[in-house]
Amino acid sequence: MRVADIALKVRSKNAGPFWVTVDIFCGTAEAFSRLSRLQTAAIARLYGQPEQLLKRFDIADLNVIKISFPRPVVQGSRDDRDMHGAQWAHLLAEMELGD
Amino acid sequence: MPTRVLVPSGVLGLGFDRTALARGVAMRPHIIAIDGGSTDSGPFSLGAGQSKYSRAATRAEWRELMLARAEAGVPLVIGTAGTCGADATVDWMFDITRELAGELGQSLKIARLYSGQPAERVIAALRADRVLPLTPAPGITEAGLSEMTNIVALAGAEQVQAALATGAEIVICGRTTDTALIAALPLARGDDAGAAWHGAKIAECGALCSTHPMTGTIMVEFDETGFTVEPMALAAACTPYSVSAHMLYENSDPFRLHEPGGHLDVTAARYAALDERRVRVEGSRWVPGPYTVKLEGARAAGYQTTILAILRDPRYVARARDWVAGLQAFLAAEISRRMGLEPPAYTLEFRLIGIEGALGAMETRQGQPVEVGVLGIVTAASQALASEIGKLINPFVLHHPLTPDEELPTFAFPYSPATTDRGALYEFALNHVMRIDEPMDAFRLTVTEVNHARR
Repeated sequence: MRVADIALKVRSKNAGPFWVTVDIFCGTAEAFSRLSRLQTAAIARLYGQPEQLLKRFDIADLNVIKISFPRPVVQGSRDDRDMHGAQWAHLLAEMELGD
Repeated sequence: MPTRVLVPSGVLGLGFDRTALARGVAMRPHIIAIDGGSTDSGPFSLGAGQSKYSRAATRAEWRELMLARAEAGVPLVIGTAGTCGADATVDWMFDITRELAGELGQSLKIARLYSGQPAERVIAALRADRVLPLTPAPGITEAGLSEMTNIVALAGAEQVQAALATGAEIVICGRTTDTALIAALPLARGDDAGAAWHGAKIAECGALCSTHPMTGTIMVEFDETGFTVEPMALAAACTPYSVSAHMLYENSDPFRLHEPGGHLDVTAARYAALDERRVRVEGSRWVPGPYTVKLEGARAAGYQTTILAILRDPRYVARARDWVAGLQAFLAAEISRRMGLEPPAYTLEFRLIGIEGALGAMETRQGQPVEVGVLGIVTAASQALASEIGKLINPFVLHHPLTPDEELPTFAFPYSPATTDRGALYEFALNHVMRIDEPMDAFRLTVTEVNHARR
């Protein structure tokens, strides 16, 4: 089972040139509680970031899980491949859930 | 006292629903406020001091807003004019405005708020320990600051208020926080500060906080206890969900937003539906803090030449990674032998479109593409050098064989010449705030009157 099979939508976008933020819209409280079990460490590995740099917000009111972290490459710098960081969401959408 | 702010759309140049705008004007706003840019599209705009939107598109939309302003009889304010809000793009916007004033026969007082920072000012602040890094911040030196092609500070509500206080009908602001532009007037009129900043954040992308983002126009009414948000297109609706979810957008922390002079905390905000289309928000809190302004700066980090080849031969497609690794090693030796150049005097990177073009080493999926685009990117200290390297590698990118004992292949070049000079590669080089004593210490106001009234 992948995140995308449970969530309504996963999107990502820069939050300024130095951060990227990924929002998982779970859609229902049930999906939210299932996806809340996602390990922050696994998400950090997926994006090649140290876990302690990730900010995570599990927002029950919206059934949203939000994860923000510093961009490993600054927006628009020589090694950047995705100016808006919008394709990064698909990595998380396609991540297999452990259970 | 209640203050209505009409936001035509999230950014000038992206379009709005004309009927919705007219409806907004009829509801008698106290100000029309629109954003003119952001860092979203990358460092080029700030680096080069140019707008990313075409002059024609900007002019056409601005013309409609100038007409709406004349009809409403209230100030029209644009923030971060010309995408990056550098002094040059403020003047670009001013030229468009002056031209349109003549065409429309409008007599206007136009204020320009400049956010550009001379390197010397930032260097002096750095020496006085008044430039503080945010996380993560690139390292800065005095020499590095002097090399930046543009440095801007993000104006807050106070600077926009100073521009409005001149009595200008049109205010063209340089780099401004997206929210300050909308929060300035409600704050000046004594509306609740938490509501002013929160409502401004909700409305800064126009109708993106509604069910119909493409309609653009939003009205926010601020008062002493909160704010009410309503989309101007009748087809669109704001719901507690669409409004509260907007705090997630392009925001690393959905509960806290830093602004000059403090931060907004929406942890305790309550969102309630007034009816099917309007949402009332109360309980947001403004927490005053030290007066700092965020800095943005860009510098040229080399010049680039690119080359694109497409592999369609199934044997090469299947072994594209091996092929590119072989090509890379071969080219490094050729560049060294023929030009006497070694990295880091230049870099040459190949990206495989169809395999890992967007995500690079992070990519987790593998597929079986029909074809693979090979994008080569040369970065060097001058355009002449990058271009020369591009010409040197061109025939090999076209003909490099997988193995030494096979007939030379020829791949698809989509155009001639296969190489493209991209000019300067700009990079964002500041993620810092600067402490200032008075809000106008780092900003400059110019007021111009144009008289084109038809008699």
